[in-house]
Amino acid sequence: MAERSFAREVEDLRLGDGDIFRGEGILAITKALLQSGVAYVGGYQGSPISHLMDVLADAKDVLDDLGVVFQSSANEAAAAAMLSASVMYPLRGAVAWKSTVGTNVASDALANLASGGVTGGTMIIVGEDYGEGSSIMQERTHAFAMKSQIWLLDPRPDHECIVNLIEKGFELSEVSNTPVMLEVRVRACHMHGSFACKDNVKPAHTIKDALNNPKRDVNRIVLPPAAYEHEQEKIRTRLPAAVSFVRDNRLNEWMGPKQGKVGIIMQGGMYNNVIRALQYLGLSDAYGNTQVPLYVMNVTYPVIDTEVAEFCLDKEAVLIVEEGQPEYLEQAINTVLRRRDIQARVHGKDVLPMGGDYTAQVLLGGVRDFLEKTEPRLLGNRPPAPDAAPVLNHPAVEKLKQVVPARPPGLCTGCPERPIFAAMKLVEEELGQHHVSADIGCHLFSILPPFNIGATTMGFGLGPASTSAFNVKADKRSIAVMGDGGFWHNGLTSGIGNAVFNKHDGVFVIVDNYYTSATGGQDILSSRAANKRRKTNNSITQAVKGIGGQWVRQLDRTYDVGKMRDTLKEALTTKEEGPKVIVASSECMLNKQRRVKPQINKAIKDGARIVKERFGVDEDVCTGDHACIRLSGCPSLSVKQLDDPLRDDPVAAIDNSCVGCGNCGEVAEAAVLCPSFYRADVIHNPSRWDKFRSKIVMSVISWLQRRRDRRRPALEALA
Amino acid sequence: MRDETVRLALPAAGEATERPISIAIVAMGGQGGGVLTDWIVQLAENHGWAAQSTSVPGVAQRTGATIYYIEAMPLLDGRKPILSLMPTPGDVDVVMAAEFMEAGRSILRGLVTPERTTLIASNHRSFAIGEKVAPGNGIADDGAVTGAIGIAAKTEIIFDLNALAIAHGSVISAAMFGALAAADVLPFSRENYLDVIRAGGKGAKASIETFDAAFDRVKTGPAEVAAPAERAQISTKPAPLDPELGGLVARLTQELPEPAQAMARAGLRKVVDFQDVAYGSEYLDILGKLSTADRNAGGADKSYAFTQAAAKHLANAMSYDDVIRVADLKTRASRRTRIESELELSQDQVLHTTEFMHPRMEEVMGMLPAGFGRWLGAKPRLLGWLDRRVNKGRRVRTYSLPWFMALYVVGGLRGLRRRSLRHAVETDHRDQWLRAATAAVGTNYQLGVEILQCRRLVKGYSDTHSRGLSKFDKTLAAIKLVERRDDAADWARRLREAALKDGPGKELDGVIQTIKSFA
Repeated sequence: MAERSFAREVEDLRLGDGDIFRGEGILAITKALLQSGVAYVGGYQGSPISHLMDVLADAKDVLDDLGVVFQSSANEAAAAAMLSASVMYPLRGAVAWKSTVGTNVASDALANLASGGVTGGTMIIVGEDYGEGSSIMQERTHAFAMKSQIWLLDPRPDHECIVNLIEKGFELSEVSNTPVMLEVRVRACHMHGSFACKDNVKPAHTIKDALNNPKRDVNRIVLPPAAYEHEQEKIRTRLPAAVSFVRDNRLNEWMGPKQGKVGIIMQGGMYNNVIRALQYLGLSDAYGNTQVPLYVMNVTYPVIDTEVAEFCLDKEAVLIVEEGQPEYLEQAINTVLRRRDIQARVHGKDVLPMGGDYTAQVLLGGVRDFLEKTEPRLLGNRPPAPDAAPVLNHPAVEKLKQVVPARPPGLCTGCPERPIFAAMKLVEEELGQHHVSADIGCHLFSILPPFNIGATTMGFGLGPASTSAFNVKADKRSIAVMGDGGFWHNGLTSGIGNAVFNKHDGVFVIVDNYYTSATGGQDILSSRAANKRRKTNNSITQAVKGIGGQWVRQLDRTYDVGKMRDTLKEALTTKEEGPKVIVASSECMLNKQRRVKPQINKAIKDGARIVKERFGVDEDVCTGDHACIRLSGCPSLSVKQLDDPLRDDPVAAIDNSCVGCGNCGEVAEAAVLCPSFYRADVIHNPSRWDKFRSKIVMSVISWLQRRRDRRRPALEALA
Repeated sequence: MRDETVRLALPAAGEATERPISIAIVAMGGQGGGVLTDWIVQLAENHGWAAQSTSVPGVAQRTGATIYYIEAMPLLDGRKPILSLMPTPGDVDVVMAAEFMEAGRSILRGLVTPERTTLIASNHRSFAIGEKVAPGNGIADDGAVTGAIGIAAKTEIIFDLNALAIAHGSVISAAMFGALAAADVLPFSRENYLDVIRAGGKGAKASIETFDAAFDRVKTGPAEVAAPAERAQISTKPAPLDPELGGLVARLTQELPEPAQAMARAGLRKVVDFQDVAYGSEYLDILGKLSTADRNAGGADKSYAFTQAAAKHLANAMSYDDVIRVADLKTRASRRTRIESELELSQDQVLHTTEFMHPRMEEVMGMLPAGFGRWLGAKPRLLGWLDRRVNKGRRVRTYSLPWFMALYVVGGLRGLRRRSLRHAVETDHRDQWLRAATAAVGTNYQLGVEILQCRRLVKGYSDTHSRGLSKFDKTLAAIKLVERRDDAADWARRLREAALKDGPGKELDGVIQTIKSFA
């Protein structure tokens, strides 16, 4: 792993009966899995579930003690396929990924799994990356649950509720022979809270037991005629079993008064914000004592018809709070009510927005509109609701809109990908703009300022594949960018293999920074660190050649902008046919600093001779054109105003967060920018020779400097 | 429509209709927002409160802006409150902004409202990429933030928390925690806060020092009134010791109108530093002529804006960036001193610097005598052969003897400068520009000033310099198209501003297209 320790978090996994866990939601989920007696866990990292994978990866001792098998899967499809261990054997298993993107990748395996059904409880933890701060397309996992018939849990954002639902979810999976999904939204994953722990449970049946006693049953395999039987089973056996279990175990919750003219039905995940909205309307206190009956669906699929009917029976109207589109729950509940001829009117997306976050503010508006239409008396004594409109409409605040600058995400200080894109910009200046397919990963930030490179992104590892239509002879070639993460996730076959097979003439840049950096720096096949539990150090270049790549260039120092530029130019202009693959490798600076910084500080403290590098700008040489920044965007390269009345424009300046990666100097040199950059090498604990030489040289230099200074007119008086 | 709203005697829903204390922290990646969040949660939990925090890390932290949100509240008869996962506009008790524009953004999001919100913000700037890439000055005016804070915040605690943290060897999160303690919005004592930091262990000492400094800063105000770091502070000092230079200063005072004298002093200093006293005299000669034109054009009523602009831009034009100047600046003692202090170099450390230089044959040719340079310029094959030998990136170890000597010698070539090809080209270009400005000022005063200010477009070295020069030429040509119009000065200003907006000059081309459509 990327030299980042989760040792403290691992301790939380050891907590026993009655101990109080305090921490992040995603870690509470991890603990809950161990309390449920899982035999194996897998998954693919990605916000917001990366911490789950990281902690498990560091928790070897805990897992070994329990006999739990853990694997970082190659991708989500691999993780989903891993669940097949629970098809024939009574093994509890769980996998985790970022959704909906991960679910997309996994959906083939999921559909097969759901068709044949499971014997052991299986749970898929999906980090629902929806709403503000999300990095992916805005879709719902709900659709996957429905189409494959996988039960979908959507617990209230409360550690205790989530942990309880995981434990119950495994039972639900077993009684209904159906996989279960647990959906947790981004903020719930990163939510700090607490719950009372139970002891971890060793799996009753282990993977080893299963291997030693293999079983098979052709009826569980998706082949005709079994596949037709699976569908009938789903309808006749598994669904009714699940409905009974959910109802009998009261997984969904009733809150507030039993009776009422109106009520609110919601996804469990919406509960906290609904309570806050009711509080603003004077209809609840902060502790959830509500005056409006609530039906909280911690299980959003299947819908428990009888519960819905019961809740709606005496009501004139219900509001459905369901985040995202389309409004699956609203449709389902309408069907339930129409079939039974229950007259409660159904409101939902008519008073609430179709898409976007259901924040307390949004819900406040929706619930108020709903009550105004259906039961205005409830709103009786309205306390003043929070309202920022008067402030926002004030001219002084309106003026801010023009001033506050956008702050798009960008590459970190010293990022090894920066020089790659600087080189691409230089090539662009020379050879013109090209069609560039981008991919998922840190390098996707190249589509934003200052680089503005990249036309499309089609999914993780699919950058190269998304240039496949551009396989014709033309004046220009297509360029595809993909990271090492994407390469091993699927890009080797879908991108490079595909290009080799179809004799694609394009250019393929593989950005290799030794980790899957965007997801937190996990190890992958080509990681260069030695990893005791996995086989790393597998070369991307060898893999590309192995799959038939002929024109392959390996660059082992991306910071060499000149070489990078020349290699790109060669790739774009060479007569050679077939894919031109450039593997550009340098270690992710974030992870490198994490690894190296403590070592260097220690070495300096111990008196070792260490040279620390940092870049600087001579402010009197810099003319304030900022061409260097337009080719960089490094956070440590900024601007500053000089105290000089003759100069209107700020000059470039490098702050002390500089890690001395070299990009500034290389770019200045390759792009023939200006001579204002310098690299300062500070020798800590210099040797005697260092000191002696420096003393001699500096005395000569000082003499020369004094000599020239004497000849200058004294300007101080003009200051 | 019938209003069914009936005022009923509805009692509060429960014992506590009060809402939790809500705190939003707006920060950028690497500012320690996560640590601060954990501290506040711990603080509340230490007192038996229920506390919940949420954030969205991930891409937002890669230099983007992100919000950490905390709600905390005491339990009610053992019952935990239901806490929200996102701040609600108009319902936030404390907003802490780790950067000044981010404070502005939090106001735009409605998080800061006069009924409720204590705003704790650092007024230092961390420039966004959009502010940094402009070839001119793209820095947004943060005065608007100050104005909005006055409107939006109930209480404001604004100072440079970042500088304070750095001065005490820590990061901004510790300073913000101290400011929060001093703001008295949470019912906890200073000691309670310190207990949380102490329990953290690592780096606690520096954090506590920073915490204390911030706490005291809020309670007692700034330690001393620091001199405002305003720019354009031009002091007037008595005559210099150098008699020759003294003569120039006396001339400056006699010949130039008073409002332009301060700038002319700075200009004189720059050109003398660039070349010699005689060059300073040339500067005053030219400036004197421009000043006469200014006076004739009625500049007295316009506080001699033309002469003022000329004093500034002529000095910049005369001290163009050539190899000699760069070599001179790089070898000065003051330069090494500046770097040493920036790096906080200690006695037992040794410093080297490496320059990244990429000279081309153009630069060498510029140093040659004008006639010889022109002759060489007409020999493309020879030039190409030479260029291949010269034109490459060179890593120059400044403080090694051979390289220093080389730079020192080049820096001392100023004696050759005034006969060089580069000087001839620069002088020619300068004269044309001044002729255009002088011609304009007689008929359209402001246009004359604007033409002078166009000099700002010429900057940089090599390709950057040629691009700047081409923008300058394009701008002057476009001004020519509108020079007879009453609003010519407006167009000139618009052209210049457009040219400073982006690197390739697309904005400038846009304005020129517009001008061509009517002129």
